Amino acid sequence: MTSVLTKKNLLILGCILLTFVLVQVLMSVGFITSFHEITLATICINIILAVSLNLVTGFTGQFSLGHAGFMSIGAYVCALIVMRFDSVAGFLVGILAAALAATIVGILIGIPTLRLKGDYLAIATLGMAEIIRVVFLNLEITNGAAGLSGIPRYTNWFWMYLFVVLTIVLINNFIRSSHGRACISIREDEIAAESMGINTTKFKVMAFAIGSFFAGIAGALYASYFYFIKPNTFGFLKSIDILVIVVLGGMGSITGSIIAAVLLALVSTFLQSFTAVRMIFYALVLVIIMIFRPQGLLGTKEITDLFKFRRKNERIE
Amino acid sequence: MKRTLVFLFTLVFAMTMVAGCGGQTEDAQTVKIGINYELSGDVASYGEASVDGIMMAFDEINAAGGIDGLQIEPITVDNKSDTAEATALATRLMTQEGVVACLGPATSGSYMATIPVAMANKVPIISASATADEGVTVDKNGNVNEYVFRLCFNDSFQGVTMANFALNNLEAKKAVIIQDKSSDYAAGLAKNFKETFTAGGGEIVGEEGYVAKDKDFNAILTKIKGQEFDVIFLPGYYQEAGLIIKQARDLDISAPILGADGFDSPVLLELAGAEALNDVYFSNHYSNLDQDPLVQKFIEDFKTKYGKEPNAFHALGYDLGKYIADAIKRAGSPEPEKIKDALANTENFVGVTGSFSMGPDHNPIKSIVVIGLENGVQASSVKVEPK
Repeated sequence: MTSVLTKKNLLILGCILLTFVLVQVLMSVGFITSFHEITLATICINIILAVSLNLVTGFTGQFSLGHAGFMSIGAYVCALIVMRFDSVAGFLVGILAAALAATIVGILIGIPTLRLKGDYLAIATLGMAEIIRVVFLNLEITNGAAGLSGIPRYTNWFWMYLFVVLTIVLINNFIRSSHGRACISIREDEIAAESMGINTTKFKVMAFAIGSFFAGIAGALYASYFYFIKPNTFGFLKSIDILVIVVLGGMGSITGSIIAAVLLALVSTFLQSFTAVRMIFYALVLVIIMIFRPQGLLGTKEITDLFKFRRKNERIE
Repeated sequence: MKRTLVFLFTLVFAMTMVAGCGGQTEDAQTVKIGINYELSGDVASYGEASVDGIMMAFDEINAAGGIDGLQIEPITVDNKSDTAEATALATRLMTQEGVVACLGPATSGSYMATIPVAMANKVPIISASATADEGVTVDKNGNVNEYVFRLCFNDSFQGVTMANFALNNLEAKKAVIIQDKSSDYAAGLAKNFKETFTAGGGEIVGEEGYVAKDKDFNAILTKIKGQEFDVIFLPGYYQEAGLIIKQARDLDISAPILGADGFDSPVLLELAGAEALNDVYFSNHYSNLDQDPLVQKFIEDFKTKYGKEPNAFHALGYDLGKYIADAIKRAGSPEPEKIKDALANTENFVGVTGSFSMGPDHNPIKSIVVIGLENGVQASSVKVEPK
């Protein structure tokens, strides 16, 4: 065991803090206005969603169309708690409860459905997400189709950034652990992995549970940022939106998911001024990227792998 | 992994630099009004109709010299029928574009999502069609949202009106409710109809439910056919209502059928057929039959401009455009704070959807129209004044 306080880790910590302070300063001098902040919030929430779905779909190879379902559980749990305990403490308890509730549902859904493969799993997870949505549509406490309005806003740059960093670091470390390697082996060849003694069901459910945990957090941040949630916000299309980010960035690339989340949010924001043609352009961007980079922007590589590769070449020369 | 992380945070930084672009231009000769509507997505038809109406009103005002010499500069954005997008765009309109007021969105959910933005930025917002009972102009603690207004009655008023119409005009004693269980709009209507109808001496003899997108209602209708009743109340939207009316008439259920503004669509006639649409009544914001010269002129002008008959959303949008212009004129100068006061102090504004004064809870006190259909065409309209 080496010390956690290596030079590299300190450098990373410095970068994290520097970015945080920089954005905070830019906000306080008014360079980043409250409108830009919304784009920033969308980016942060999408990063958490995409990175967590990437763990399930990209790294473990389990095609899930139900991520918005877990997001909605997080959003509703956090909204209901923070509306009753209107304070920062209530917000944090809400986030924790949101993440745990999403995890529990994730495990309950994961155990039966993860025995399925490919298309069948996609349909099963899609069905599960629909069930979650219809339950929220009919419950008294969630106010049915009208949704919950007047949710106090506690999500700010600090909390968003904190949870983005936590998500990336934790999922990154998980993938590089022995558990993570087990997950990747399931993606590569499930039968071979099983014959090597890997309990595939256990690791699939584990990846699914971790994915749901962070989706729950993303939902909680969403609810407390956008004031208003209703069941239809978290429909099938929301799941597809998240999947688009993952596929676009590259299944099995965390940096890819992050780049895609940022890119899509910027494209969408930029196109807001062109009301009539925005959806056409948005779709065109997706089509063009998929034609020229069918494996996604980064494929299964991380952006740092590209740097590594170049250095190795330089060394050979 | 370490490099991954280093890269990430440089990236986040770079992204914020890009997001920092954008500027503001000031023009003393115009007054900017934000138009935040559903121009694509699930309810695009409501948004488009409303914006058509608003634009017609603005064009008329600008052609006549503007508001005290100020030309209206509408800034139209599309919220994709998405609540988070509505919030984002309201923020953009208020903080980036510097609008003095925002119109829309058309549906209650998206409108509610923009309320906190209006309150924080102190810019008034008005919707012409957000009819939800709760959480719009009054918050959950019963306080009036100071910068939030609407131009339409709410759902409960429609339920109450239709119950009174059944009791007084149709002299009904027994009613059956067939309700869309998947919409809060229908739930609000059914609740208020039931309360008013029973309080007025009527009796609800049966309650049935369906969910949106159902196609076959024979099971429900056969069941109620055996019961004795005078009217059917059918809160829901035209897609299902059209089919229910057709199937009910096919089963020889001839009792009058009542509904609300969800019936207002040409699709109702397509689905039900002309011979089924007899003895059908629904409440609405406005009727093309209204002989008021103001309404007839609006219908003529609208047909000239867009080449089609206006519906209630067009009329509401038109009134909304005229109403905000009137408020800016009365405010004396285009400042959000003064416009808000002018909106709150509206007395006897005359519009095509009826004249109204703004109530203390920021809901208009305005009349409702009950339209009767005969052979699929609007044959009668009764105006019901608010109590």
